[in-house]
Amino acid sequence: MNGTKDIGKLTLRDVPNKDYFLWGHGACPGCGVAITVKNLMRIFGPETIVYVPASCLVVFGAQYPTSAFDVPYFFTAFENTGAVITGIRAALRRRGKKALVVGLAGDGGTFDIGLQALSGAADRNEDVMYVCLDNEAYMNTGIQMSGATPFGAWTTTSPAGKLIHGKRRFKKDIGSIVAAHNVPYMATLSIAHWNDFVRKAEKAKRAEGFRFLHVLTPCVPGWRSEQSRTMELARLAVETGMWTLYEVEHGEPSVTYKPKRMEPVTEYLKLQGRFAHMMPDDIDALQKWVCKKWWMHYKDEVEAPPCEMYKAEKPMAHDGDPLHGV
Amino acid sequence: MVSKVLSADHAVAWAVRLARAEVIPAFPITPQTLIVELISEFISDGDLDAEFIPAESEHSVMSVAVGASAGGVRTFTATSSQGLALMHEMLYAVPQNRLPVVLVNVNRSLGAAAGIWLEHNDSMPERESGWMQVYVEDNQEALDMTLQAYRIAEDHRVMLPIMVCLDGFVLSHTVEKVDVPDQNDVDKFLPKFVPLNMLDVGEPKMINPIVPPDYAMEMRYQLDRVMDSSRKVIKEVDEAFAEKFGRSYGGLFEPYHMEDADFALVSLGTATSTARAVVDELREKGKRAGLIKLRFMRPFPEKELLDAVSHLKALGVFDRSIGFNSYGPVFTEVRSALHALELPITDHIGGLGGRDLTTEEMREIFAVIERSSKGKKVKAVNWYGLRGEQE
Repeated sequence: MNGTKDIGKLTLRDVPNKDYFLWGHGACPGCGVAITVKNLMRIFGPETIVYVPASCLVVFGAQYPTSAFDVPYFFTAFENTGAVITGIRAALRRRGKKALVVGLAGDGGTFDIGLQALSGAADRNEDVMYVCLDNEAYMNTGIQMSGATPFGAWTTTSPAGKLIHGKRRFKKDIGSIVAAHNVPYMATLSIAHWNDFVRKAEKAKRAEGFRFLHVLTPCVPGWRSEQSRTMELARLAVETGMWTLYEVEHGEPSVTYKPKRMEPVTEYLKLQGRFAHMMPDDIDALQKWVCKKWWMHYKDEVEAPPCEMYKAEKPMAHDGDPLHGV
Repeated sequence: MVSKVLSADHAVAWAVRLARAEVIPAFPITPQTLIVELISEFISDGDLDAEFIPAESEHSVMSVAVGASAGGVRTFTATSSQGLALMHEMLYAVPQNRLPVVLVNVNRSLGAAAGIWLEHNDSMPERESGWMQVYVEDNQEALDMTLQAYRIAEDHRVMLPIMVCLDGFVLSHTVEKVDVPDQNDVDKFLPKFVPLNMLDVGEPKMINPIVPPDYAMEMRYQLDRVMDSSRKVIKEVDEAFAEKFGRSYGGLFEPYHMEDADFALVSLGTATSTARAVVDELREKGKRAGLIKLRFMRPFPEKELLDAVSHLKALGVFDRSIGFNSYGPVFTEVRSALHALELPITDHIGGLGGRDLTTEEMREIFAVIERSSKGKKVKAVNWYGLRGEQE
């Protein structure tokens, strides 16, 4: 990667073709994680050390005696990405070595079981790169609900039952949690918006201190989607507002990509079996949640026809808690 | 060399300073905290050139230590009780990856009937984790053993982590005169850490990937064998230490009046000091009492122990923890090692949950073992200092 070029002018064409996450790995066809890691590793380059906690990637990325990573690779457990990369970085600093120490964790390993170690590393402003590969459930163990699973979604632990129809809580806002640690850089990435992807990955690479990249990674078996539609789903997530592209630099948030016009959330839901059971009330609740998020990011700057019906509603005070601020 | 008045915790901190440890992740827990407090002072004052990483839990402490050791630098941390239990998962990531982390565990009781006081039920369950494990008797040995721990662990014939265990409060918060060696002498005794396998830029490799059944069993066997071969290195390092600093601890264990003993006790930690005093009393009365100060639980000195006790008429084992409806862990190990001998072996439980182990109780322990040596029937497991009736 051209280390001097203005980050705002970078495009996918600037990414080197040299791979450090190689062919022969065992990911499913259409895996959003494999696409993300392949491209991130091209940007991060050879002076990278990778830590992967328990996840799909730890299974399909390297199994003794073979590895798809053409850089040093380490694994130990599930919940400690923030801590292990802290230790590796400290050791390299002691030995006077320059290296990008990267943790590639899943959403469960970040939102849930790894939240404490993530918070510790962010709080200490460790000089590391933390990447969250978010496929919105514990996919490696067979599609169990995580804090990242969206409202209404079926998983094997949030079944579409007669009484309870999929997950009852909305997706945890991990971006705000990380940003609240006042870290130098955090950003959300989409594998359907490559120039934005490349700029954020390179900006994070050039930065110092704690950096957090959050990538939405569609999962064919977990989302019950078609292999050929991974990119389409990644794009629709952004067009519907289910995924928003922004960054926070030293506490300053900015939107990095605005869709031209909001698509109804059903356009995203209908391509995925995990939402197939959703009843109109639940779809409405999800759409309303998406609209709130949409207005938070885009104000009134981007047209949002699916939200017109909610505009007349009295805006909620603060976070909707009637006691808040009383 | 200078003499200082130090608690065992502070003696350990001095050893870490002299060993020039480079990355020290830490989390506070009583009675360990004095160790990392003093280390952080050394670093803040510029007396120790190292990175102090205040992690947010003991699980993360051991995770940082694993990362730092895999990154190729000398690593130290300390913990106790619940902290060691929280580390449990990560302890297992260290030996199989041959990372020579040094951990000082200040023994404290674990779990409900909660307390902060001395018991060995925190470290004993970890003896199957693949860590070497040594128990010390006094503050000087705490310092000396922490220094030796690095030389043993980092020896390329070993490359295993080591857990130095010391008795909470009895040692950790009690001051004694301690000789602190000169930095120059320590530098000669303890060479720079040379990693065998580390994460380094430009050297693609994987450390600790998923290992399928086709390979994992051989790795377990290798770990078992290298633990076995560490006995030799432990003895060598004890001798090298004695040559340099004039103090020897006998390596795996230290016999006391064992040559002509009829009956003897195996003990570890500070109970040994009490037992030694009682052996002296008994010897004055002409009784042939002996003592084995067991130091290493891993590697366990099976063969050496067999040679040392084969002439006895009875042997007792002191345990400061209990396997419920079983035996104390030291007893289990000792009896297993000596199963081929026709020797009556009894278990003696005392000092649990921080209760004082008195000299009078130690006299009772030896009295029971002596009765056993004369062919009298005694109970297999005996509790001391227990209120109420025993079954």
